[in-house]
Amino acid sequence: MKTKTFAAGLAATITMLSSSAAFAVTEIQWWHAMTGANNEVVETLSKEFNESQGDYKVVPVFKGTYPETLNAGIAAFRARQAPHIIQVFDVGTGVMMAAEGATRAVADVLPLAGKEFNKDEYLPGIVAYYSKPDGTMLSFPYNSSSPILYYNKDHFEKAGLDASNPPKTWPEVFEAAKKIKASGAAACGLTSTWLTWIGLENFAAWNNLQYGTNENGLAGVDVELKVNEGLFVKHFQNLADLAKDDTFRYGGRTSEAKQLFLSGECSILTESSGGLGDVLKSGLNYGLGQLPYYTEAEGAPQNTIPGGASLWIFDGHTDEEYKGVAAFFSFLSQTEIQERLHQVSGYLPVTMAAYEATKSSGFYDKNPGREIPIQQMMGKAPTANSKGVRLVNLPQVRDIQNEEFEKMLAGEQTAQEALDKAVERSNAAIKQAIGN
Amino acid sequence: MSARVTFPNKILPYALILPQLVIVGIFFYWPASQALYQSVLREDPFGLRTTFVGLANFRHVLTQPSYINSLQTTAVFSIAVAFIAMSVALLLAVMADKVIKGKGFYRTMMIWPYAVAPAIAGMVWLFMFNPTMGTFAYMLRSAGYAWDPLLKGDQAMILIIAAAAWKQISYNFLFFVAGLQAIPKTLIEAAAIDGAGETKRFWTIVFPLLAPTTFFLLVINTTYAFFDTFGIIHAVTGGGPGKATETLVYKVYHDGFVNLILGDSAAQSVILMVMVIALTAIQFRYVEKKVHYG
Repeated sequence: MKTKTFAAGLAATITMLSSSAAFAVTEIQWWHAMTGANNEVVETLSKEFNESQGDYKVVPVFKGTYPETLNAGIAAFRARQAPHIIQVFDVGTGVMMAAEGATRAVADVLPLAGKEFNKDEYLPGIVAYYSKPDGTMLSFPYNSSSPILYYNKDHFEKAGLDASNPPKTWPEVFEAAKKIKASGAAACGLTSTWLTWIGLENFAAWNNLQYGTNENGLAGVDVELKVNEGLFVKHFQNLADLAKDDTFRYGGRTSEAKQLFLSGECSILTESSGGLGDVLKSGLNYGLGQLPYYTEAEGAPQNTIPGGASLWIFDGHTDEEYKGVAAFFSFLSQTEIQERLHQVSGYLPVTMAAYEATKSSGFYDKNPGREIPIQQMMGKAPTANSKGVRLVNLPQVRDIQNEEFEKMLAGEQTAQEALDKAVERSNAAIKQAIGN
Repeated sequence: MSARVTFPNKILPYALILPQLVIVGIFFYWPASQALYQSVLREDPFGLRTTFVGLANFRHVLTQPSYINSLQTTAVFSIAVAFIAMSVALLLAVMADKVIKGKGFYRTMMIWPYAVAPAIAGMVWLFMFNPTMGTFAYMLRSAGYAWDPLLKGDQAMILIIAAAAWKQISYNFLFFVAGLQAIPKTLIEAAAIDGAGETKRFWTIVFPLLAPTTFFLLVINTTYAFFDTFGIIHAVTGGGPGKATETLVYKVYHDGFVNLILGDSAAQSVILMVMVIALTAIQFRYVEKKVHYG
């Protein structure tokens, strides 16, 4: 009797399992690194997509910081357990591109949803960065940002500066910072997040200077850095000089310096447009401006290069699953979705249509400054210097640069020495990395 | 010579140690053998292309100036942490031994910090001394002291040494208290009658008799400073500024998981493994000889 019931139960279970498998929705794993408000956006988007259709279910999984997420993805791939979609930050792009055979190009997957991939629908500057030299788009630009200038209007007024007119060039910024410090309006005039991304990579593009050979790595992996000459040295020597009396203050290697601006310690900040959310929340009387440049640079201001992150598709899954990924990416490309993403987060819209829609809705008139990051990126057709920076080991190169900057700002070496060492060490590291 | 005890059952002893062997096998020998294997390979992060390179990774690591720097950093850090954590703990234990009222309460309070996870301990210190938001950092700055561990390597080093030593003091305290209790009171009283002062009694009687405890703690503290302080360094300095606080373990992590150079990272962990084995062997071989177990 007992065995019989058991057998019957087992049979029933098996039937249920197999039938549920037949009707089951296909699960799509999405590993990401978004926290706080941006994490809520990820959750909402997945939920909306899952409710909009019944075939696929996107499951977002938070995997830690950007580098941690990338590492988790790499480890999972090595263990043959890779997720379908992984969010990889801008500096990881070179790492992913070098891993041909581990990923699938977005341009190849998107047609599976019955949607022909049309490059012209997307913002050109962003698409170019996430494409192979032959133009195939490899990853889906989920959150892109561009560095801009933030300033504290109250401090500007106290120091007798024009609060409705932020400084446009670096020399003007330095003058303003000195005045703020001298007038006692704030303890420090100027700070910046990401000295590498803003001070070198975007600095090069914005001033139309060469960052490295081979079109900064976009034309080939064999790159030699060129940042130890001319304006680069001048700019960092300026920062080093200002750091001596705290007119410029260093916050840290990533976005720590934002805190110095939010707390009112520093008056001027160069930071990603993606940091806008926190500035909004702080209730500070802030103003936005373009990223500063040097007038002696020919063609400056040129255009900035995208930061943020994109979504990569791992190889090794079934066609049915890739169809789901394609459906999800088509869902994300919709104008309403992109419009909303852009307006709540400060990240850039990915499609032209979303940009146009935001423009015509009058959002930029009500929120002056919010269009700056897009204009910076789209203002001019990119040159060989300003399409982006791509190195197979950019995280490592940035670390090397940061180490030398820290020694420079501590007064242990000049800007020329710091950049010379940074270039020498970076070039050696790149050689080693591509020697694999 | 103690009499040899024999067990009639041939299988049971092995069965009893089997769980332990399995754990050691899975969590030590397997990863260690993987590290050895990886250390002779050069591989891209995804494991798509693998080449056997023999000892090239070791050669590369050992000729890096940053590796030599990291060795020095580790030496300074470990010696400072072990010395400070042990001497402060010993002082506190000797003092606690004299407390009569509320002894239990006092000791319990002393042991608490040990329950704090390294990363949390790091965060606590970071919050106090972070130049952007730290209370103590603010006080130091207002007093006219240029406190900026974000840029000054020696200050960053002091900060992580303080955090790491602070966390280990409780553990050392516990063992020193136990060690002190094991010292016969009669010895100390006899010395007192002979006219030895408190300092003299400590250095000639208490300290030598504590030697086994001190030696044990020396081994533990060294391994602690080498390995368990990773969380603190990761939370407080991230190895910076420059490479001022990049210890060997932190470099293994950084090269492997941030820079994605698996071969170099594996080679470093193999070197580290050899180093710790050697260090422990030396400690047992030479230092232990001088320790009197009574």
